[in-house]
Amino acid sequence: MKSSEKHTITALVEDRAGVLNRISSMFRRRGYNISSLAVGKSESAGLSRMTFVVDGDAKTVEMVVKNLHKLVEVIKVADISEENAVSRELALIRVKCDVATRSEIMQIVDIFRAKIVDVSQDTLIVEVTGNEDKVNSLVDLLDTFGVFEVMRTGTVAMSRGASFEQDKSANSPRILENAS
Amino acid sequence: MIKKGSQIVCESLLREGCNVVFGIPGGAILPLYQALPEYPGLRHILTRHEQGASLAADGYARVTGKPGVAFATSGPGATNLVTGIATAQMDSVPLVIVTGQVNSWTIGSDAFQETDITGITLPVTKHNFLVMDASDIASSIKEAFHIANTGRPGPVLVDIPRDVFVQEVEYEEPGELNLPGYSPNFSGHSGQIRKAANLINESEKPVIIAGHGVIISKAYDELKELAEKAQIPVITTLLGISCFPEDHVLWTGWPGMHGMAYSSFTIEEADLVIALGMRFDDRITGNPSKFALNSKKIHIDVDPSEIGKNIAVDVPIVGDVKEVLSRMNTHVVAATHPSWLKRIDVLKKDHPSLNIPETSKLLARQVVKDISDETKGGATIVTGVGQHQMWAAQHYRFKKPCTFLTSGGSGTMGYEVPAAMGAQVADPDSTVWSIAGDGGFQMTLCELATIAENKLPVKFAILNNGFLGMVRQWQEIFFDSSYVSTAYTGNPDFVRLAEAYGIKGIRVTDKTQVKTAIAEAMDHDGPVVVDFIVEQEENVYPMIPSGMTVYDMIEEPVPEKVTT
Ligand SMILES: Cc1ncc(C[n+]2csc(CCOP(=O)(O)OP(=O)(O)O)c2C)c(N)n1
Ligand SMILES: [Mg+2]
Repeated sequence: MKSSEKHTITALVEDRAGVLNRISSMFRRRGYNISSLAVGKSESAGLSRMTFVVDGDAKTVEMVVKNLHKLVEVIKVADISEENAVSRELALIRVKCDVATRSEIMQIVDIFRAKIVDVSQDTLIVEVTGNEDKVNSLVDLLDTFGVFEVMRTGTVAMSRGASFEQDKSANSPRILENAS
Repeated sequence: MIKKGSQIVCESLLREGCNVVFGIPGGAILPLYQALPEYPGLRHILTRHEQGASLAADGYARVTGKPGVAFATSGPGATNLVTGIATAQMDSVPLVIVTGQVNSWTIGSDAFQETDITGITLPVTKHNFLVMDASDIASSIKEAFHIANTGRPGPVLVDIPRDVFVQEVEYEEPGELNLPGYSPNFSGHSGQIRKAANLINESEKPVIIAGHGVIISKAYDELKELAEKAQIPVITTLLGISCFPEDHVLWTGWPGMHGMAYSSFTIEEADLVIALGMRFDDRITGNPSKFALNSKKIHIDVDPSEIGKNIAVDVPIVGDVKEVLSRMNTHVVAATHPSWLKRIDVLKKDHPSLNIPETSKLLARQVVKDISDETKGGATIVTGVGQHQMWAAQHYRFKKPCTFLTSGGSGTMGYEVPAAMGAQVADPDSTVWSIAGDGGFQMTLCELATIAENKLPVKFAILNNGFLGMVRQWQEIFFDSSYVSTAYTGNPDFVRLAEAYGIKGIRVTDKTQVKTAIAEAMDHDGPVVVDFIVEQEENVYPMIPSGMTVYDMIEEPVPEKVTT
């Protein structure tokens, strides 16, 4: 196992002014790297769900989870990277395009099950959904034609099956006391 | 009943058991101050600087175990509190701070004295609130007290715009706490507790390192029971000092950068470290990758994020030290470790560390030792930061729990004046000695006015070496005695300064006067400042340079060392 790798962490948080600030401040202060962050409303009113993709070794990720737990407005945290999870990201890619390259681009877009959502004289906007690797590959391929602009949402993730995020009190002993 | 926001603040504070507030008024918080006369149960102590208010609240909180409360106005009033807030955060001290904010409709417009104090204090508080409606005040203050003083304590700031203080709302008692994301775990995992007890039962060379958590959870009896039952030597951290009586045979000092050498060596030689409510700070571990490699480790702490942070541990237990120990002790088998205890006696003899050289000079250490003797180890000792702090910790022999107040995590110079004031307010009948540096004392000495005004009988012992002594020591050892910006050649006459505040001043220049001066200070009814003109270039030993190991320790130079 690589010592530094990407981990996906999800958190259920209170939807209040300043919560995002509090969380990002914790990451900054403790020197943890967020490679992507996505926030949106959850199934419950007043609660948001966040997905973080974090770079770091197992210890770093454990500390990230613990420090997220520690924030008063964070209700549940889960490190779902090792579980079987569905993770998706949406990207919009503005790519250079002319009559000569259009059909080739459309073929690539098809293979990736992406969509062309806007066409102009010499550009196309491609919409793609998939995990981070898939989006990366498409961006790389399209870059051979000239990519002008990329807009990505960051990964959102959910574990498969019936395993939910556990709440704080249940989660902390599991994480900590497995350490021995 | 219809009430104003300001009245709700006062009633909420009273409901939480608060009866003392430290602070300074100003525009944004004025409506709150104007409500105070209606609430005689809230004693307001007017400090001379807001840093004095937050540090006094810290001293008050450490002594009472209740949150210390401070008020300040928006902008500069609030920012002046920050050093005290950060000090409390680093040392897990419960504070509830109420700041005034500009009118709610001007927030964000750079209004006069507007400062984003919730933003500024975000990384140095356990939590903070901006309350935008008077009907949320009662619940916010209730939550603030709960968060401040449960789990791992810490400061909580409640920022309230001026108009919210004057807003009138139908007042209701706050309901149940609504903090779904906050549920500290106190009980500890039973399986882990058994595992820990097994490790203790198997150990031949166990040692306890007792931290501030033992004091916070008042686990004194449980600690003593564990130590005595299995004959385990007890080392404390700097903030753990006084949690175990220092005249007990099992007391084994405190370790680390300036701790007793034998304590550091005991940890090094142990086969089991039982860490209670402490956090393996770098002042103790030096180089964490080389710290105590011969031992297994049990770590009990209420804050899960402390576990595994600095040191990998074998048996972590998340829980309140008192609760966990009381359960763990039942599984611990009575034992004696005669050869281990004998080994520690040898370490004590080989590395005395508490030796005071025979000399006619006035040494700062001697002053501490004499205060210790004169007060029979029963005073509350408050220090600043620097050499005098280390000597206070080394040479005062604490007999009573929770009697050593020092800024350990943050190292806040100036702590010695306001925190001593807060400690005296907290326990008016106690003997409070502030062991002060001439540097730190000058950072907060404006609070002498507050002390005089409130007739607080704090005794100050300024260990006046005419230097920022600890920094001078580093310059001597690591920079070839190049004393850049550390000599205090313009110190005031502290005796006359005290007298200017109406406080008794005594000067001591000779070793033979020390005991009489201490006795005279203690006989005096009110506050006293004793200016001890001590040796200027004395060093604190032992010393483990930062990031190094016990084997890199610099001990007191040989001529002054007692050998056996
Ligand atoms: C607010 C603050 N500023 C600077 C420092 C750095 N510092 C640590 S010890 C020290 C010297 C303290 O001098 P003094 O209060 O006279 O105590 P002494 O070491 O001489 O006993 C300094 C400047 C600090 N800890 N806190
Ligand atoms: Mg000094």
